[in-house]
Amino acid sequence: MAAITTHALVKEYPGGVRGVDGVDIAIADGEFFALLGPSGCGKTTLLRSIAGLETITEGQLLIGDRDVTRLEPGQRGVAMVFQDYALFPHMDVADNIAYPLKIRRQPRSARRGVASEVGDGLSLTGLMERRPGQLSGGQQQRVALARAVATRPEVLLLDEPLSNLDARLRLEARTFLKELQRELAVTTVFVTHDQAEALALADRIAVMSAGKLIQVGTPREVFAKPATTFVAGFIGSTPMNLLAARVEGGQVRLGSAVVPMPLDAVGAVTDGAEVVWGARPEYLGWSTTAVEGGVEAEVTVVENLGASVLVTAVAGADRLQLVLGEDDEPAPGSRGWVTVPPRRTLLFDAESGRRLDAERAREDAVAVDVAP
Amino acid sequence: MAGLGRFGAGAFVAPALALIGLFLVFPALWTIYLGMTDYRLTGLQAVDPSFVGLDNYEQILGDPAFWRSLRLTLVFVLASGIVGQSLLGFAIAWALRRLTGWLKSVVETLVLAAWVIPASVASFLWIALLDRRGGTLNEILGTQGTAWLIEHPMAMIIIFNIWVGTAFSMLLFSSALASVPPSQLESARMAGASGWQQLRDVVIPNIRGHILTNTLLITLWTFNTFTPYLVTAGGPNGASEILAVYIYNTAIPGGQLGVGAAISLIMLLINLVIALGYLRVGRARAARPAEATAAETAGGAATS
Repeated sequence: MAAITTHALVKEYPGGVRGVDGVDIAIADGEFFALLGPSGCGKTTLLRSIAGLETITEGQLLIGDRDVTRLEPGQRGVAMVFQDYALFPHMDVADNIAYPLKIRRQPRSARRGVASEVGDGLSLTGLMERRPGQLSGGQQQRVALARAVATRPEVLLLDEPLSNLDARLRLEARTFLKELQRELAVTTVFVTHDQAEALALADRIAVMSAGKLIQVGTPREVFAKPATTFVAGFIGSTPMNLLAARVEGGQVRLGSAVVPMPLDAVGAVTDGAEVVWGARPEYLGWSTTAVEGGVEAEVTVVENLGASVLVTAVAGADRLQLVLGEDDEPAPGSRGWVTVPPRRTLLFDAESGRRLDAERAREDAVAVDVAP
Repeated sequence: MAGLGRFGAGAFVAPALALIGLFLVFPALWTIYLGMTDYRLTGLQAVDPSFVGLDNYEQILGDPAFWRSLRLTLVFVLASGIVGQSLLGFAIAWALRRLTGWLKSVVETLVLAAWVIPASVASFLWIALLDRRGGTLNEILGTQGTAWLIEHPMAMIIIFNIWVGTAFSMLLFSSALASVPPSQLESARMAGASGWQQLRDVVIPNIRGHILTNTLLITLWTFNTFTPYLVTAGGPNGASEILAVYIYNTAIPGGQLGVGAAISLIMLLINLVIALGYLRVGRARAARPAEATAAETAGGAATS
């Protein structure tokens, strides 16, 4: 078990494209850590750099106290599960699981012993003689996991661990993965483009874009206090409402409506500043009577989400989306007021896209922040 | 045969069958017949050959020159085909895998050039290279007067044939290597496997079918090749007379068409045995579909 630390890690491809661009990250021992971002953001490159499958161009990578920047993958104490599982089709399950032990020249009897022990722990009992082609997707994934943990690695890397499973199996596997990680208490880093997966599994999430870390935080922090409008738009199953606004007399003007100043931003903005106002659909409410600080709007679309509905309402030129309980479902075409809890709304700088936060502004004044 | 009927279908196949019959089956049968006559290129028997039964076969099997030729052919096939072309072709394909850009193109073009150059031109190039007086090789090594083709005829035609034929193995193995999933190789690397261990545990098991196909084709082609004749003409004194050259030397310069036909039939039988042997191995390996297809393709090529 070991922590992972990187210092100004850079992976530059021939031609000057930077897959990973100056990443500083500190992953704690035993942590379940997610690298999240849209495709092409460098998350997989970062994972592969930790694995040793990509040579690091600049910077430093530490696993535990060891500098492993220039070590071969096999010498890093790292195991990886690939997106397609990468099982060897010509070996049976036991040989697949015990393959790393074969490389370490352990005798066959010891290998079979470890394979069946690890396999039992991952409910693969009775499948030891099968070939990978005879297994279901979920079983194949568990074989790949078993192969990865058979050598008790210090770090476990998972590349898109759930993307090759069908939707129903995915939820099951998600819970299973989280359980397994807790049980093994192995430092685990996984890559995903699915924000729901990252929120559900990880202890902490790093959101990446264009090879850089945009925000690192717990799922709650990333969800409730996104660092930038990019993170705000990326996290959440329904994207955050982000509207152009202006600060006026300690309040926020959205078109013709005026909403209260978000609590976080109090003291961080000056009058007349151009800002982006953000509010998660789940935190907005609906009222059929006029409300102080509400936004008068007309309902255009109502989408059923099961126990809740996603309502799209238009206020002047602005579109707002809100998630309401099934009992509060308004009729399309009806008018009303969107209620805005100031505790749950956010302001972002219109130019840089960074969240405006009185507390953070004070921190920034002390330490020069290098993140974009 | 829905819609077409037995007759209609037969009509469509008939032209192909007629051509195969005319150019493949008939000559084969004619060879069998010739092999049992004393047909000669010139003289009385050229006009009026007589049936001699199995006399030709008796003569061949009792002739030390035939056995020497067969032995030389086996050496030739093993050294230039199975070991030389296959291993070198695989080695080049493996090395090219990581190479990119102009260097890769240059190597590929050079190897392919050797393959596409007409045999007559290629053999002339090699004669010019190995010539006793003024040959390029002697110039380079400073060994004027060394007659490579006379002193080491077998070694020279083996190297020549490797040079000519490696491109095929390289191409076949290049595409085979491209079909090996990179994640499997990376998995092995993560486990700490060395380059050789990756080759043994991942690459070779993944391309077994391709190896079988390649070996079958290379064996048959090398066994039947006549091109070395253009370099050494089987000489000196039969020292590089592989079977195809032996047949030619017996039938045309030697004038014994009947005996030549008989040796041809023996050669055909050896070919069949080789092809059936490989097919058996292919079937015994039971059977991933891709490999079965590859083996069938190879079998088809072998009998044509």
